[in-house]
Amino acid sequence: MNRIGNVLLAASSALTFALLYAPVAVTVLFSFNAPRGRFNLLWQGFTLANWRHPLGDPALTEAFLTSLALALAAALLAVLLGGLMALSLARARLRGRRVIGLLVALPLTNPEIVLATALLNLFVGIDLPRGPLTLLLSHSLFCLSYAALTLKARLAGFDPSLEQAAQDLGAPPLEAFARVTLPLLAPGLLAAGLLSFSLSFDDFVISSFMAGETVTLPLYLAGAFQREISPQVQVLTTLVLLVSAALLLLATLSGMPTLRKAVDLPRRDPFGRP
Amino acid sequence: MPASPRAEAAARARRFWPWLLLAPGLLWLLGLYLLPLLGLVPLSLSEPLSRFGLETVFRGRLATYLEVLQAYGPILWRSFGYAASATAIGLLLAYPLAFAIRFRGGRWQPLLIGLVVLPSLTSYLVRAIAWTSLLGDNGPVLALLQSLDLTAAFNGLGLLRDGRLLNTPTAVILGLLTNQLPFLVLPLVLAMERIQPCLLEAAADLHAGAWRRFTQVVWPLSRPGLAAGILLGLIPAAGDVVNPLFLGGPNERMVANTIDNLLLVQLQAPRAAALTLVLMALVTLAVLVQLRGRGLDGLPLP
Repeated sequence: MNRIGNVLLAASSALTFALLYAPVAVTVLFSFNAPRGRFNLLWQGFTLANWRHPLGDPALTEAFLTSLALALAAALLAVLLGGLMALSLARARLRGRRVIGLLVALPLTNPEIVLATALLNLFVGIDLPRGPLTLLLSHSLFCLSYAALTLKARLAGFDPSLEQAAQDLGAPPLEAFARVTLPLLAPGLLAAGLLSFSLSFDDFVISSFMAGETVTLPLYLAGAFQREISPQVQVLTTLVLLVSAALLLLATLSGMPTLRKAVDLPRRDPFGRP
Repeated sequence: MPASPRAEAAARARRFWPWLLLAPGLLWLLGLYLLPLLGLVPLSLSEPLSRFGLETVFRGRLATYLEVLQAYGPILWRSFGYAASATAIGLLLAYPLAFAIRFRGGRWQPLLIGLVVLPSLTSYLVRAIAWTSLLGDNGPVLALLQSLDLTAAFNGLGLLRDGRLLNTPTAVILGLLTNQLPFLVLPLVLAMERIQPCLLEAAADLHAGAWRRFTQVVWPLSRPGLAAGILLGLIPAAGDVVNPLFLGGPNERMVANTIDNLLLVQLQAPRAAALTLVLMALVTLAVLVQLRGRGLDGLPLP
């Protein structure tokens, strides 16, 4: 590729990163803002006061903790149910596995509002009051498909002869599973769990139909947009961002050599000089 | 030779355990997904019992669909228009970035992928709030446009409305676009990672220039990534609630806002169900067109 192409590529990549990070940068910046009035949306001046009381907004803190607990429970449930489904679909030659596979993937093709309407109708119909239980049921459902598909793809990449070898050496099936398959699957379980966690933690549409009196973080934020946006919103978001960035960096650094091997990256640039 | 009872029991167990593993997940999918989804059909053919509750009575009333299409047809088209614009612009930005990450990233590739993912780990409501700061009347974007004397030109192009950015389609599409960018980039990078370097080397050995190597090797092999990106980007965008609510005005509301309003404010459950089913039918159509008979299995979903 010629020089103009390279410059265009770099410029377009920079623009894309700028668009991705503009709202993130603004959020971090406004965690240091000293707002006048109830909405922390206009830049007034620098202060560290907000960071001295990151939990200074009790309603926000409570919503944050509610979302944390909900996302944790939903992710655990989704990984457990999805993992069992993935094991069965990847290992057993079932009649009707194509239909089941389709059923697992189908929720991913619906906009969230479809699921929200359908579930609200169901829970109204069976007279189940909206609250923590309906939140957990609905969240675990939309995480289930992601978890099952991620884990199924992981399992399909494994060599089943490893487990068979363990069994040939006298290990009972369950022990072979626990000592061979499970450790191999652990990174996949973690990945599926983290994905489910972040999907549930950030969900707004389904939660707004399922929550009843319960207030999750996204529901609190939607209400705050009408009422009052305290700087603690930005402080807490920045803290979440820092933790996510640290986890991501850790995963990236520890995964770098294996990832390189896994995808067999070229040693030299195929578009560079011949 | 007749099988021994023990072998028979073992065979039965082998047939039995896969269903045992599937059972809880299947229960979830049938009870919380398929059943409620099918339940929307009779609901959409019902009539509300009163104006003060969600209770309905089945009447087999098809006219609801006609009313819904007449009343909310424009909003449906607007939703798909916004979502498709966001996805189209997003792909124009995502493709070069994915290409750069795959072929120029070198050993920084995992880190670059991490940087693409990182923004979506913050709440998308907080990001929408941040966009209202950026695009607001006293915000930096409008100030920049004014200092460059571009406000009139952007007004003329229809990108601004009366010199404002908030409460315009531009703002909503920008919000939708930045939300779906990571989901467009990741499948493209995954699809490009599946391109064997030896293919490109072979093309180079056959004297294909950089442009031909791109058009004849990289582009066709990255098409599944494009399809996956469209699915992961377009569908959530078409059903989004937050961006039209935060960044748009009453004239930029999308179909999910309407369904939300019909169900929770107007208590018109049958109309909401009918509109939901129409939305689902349109999305399913879009999915089928994208997949063209191929399954989801071949798609590089992250």
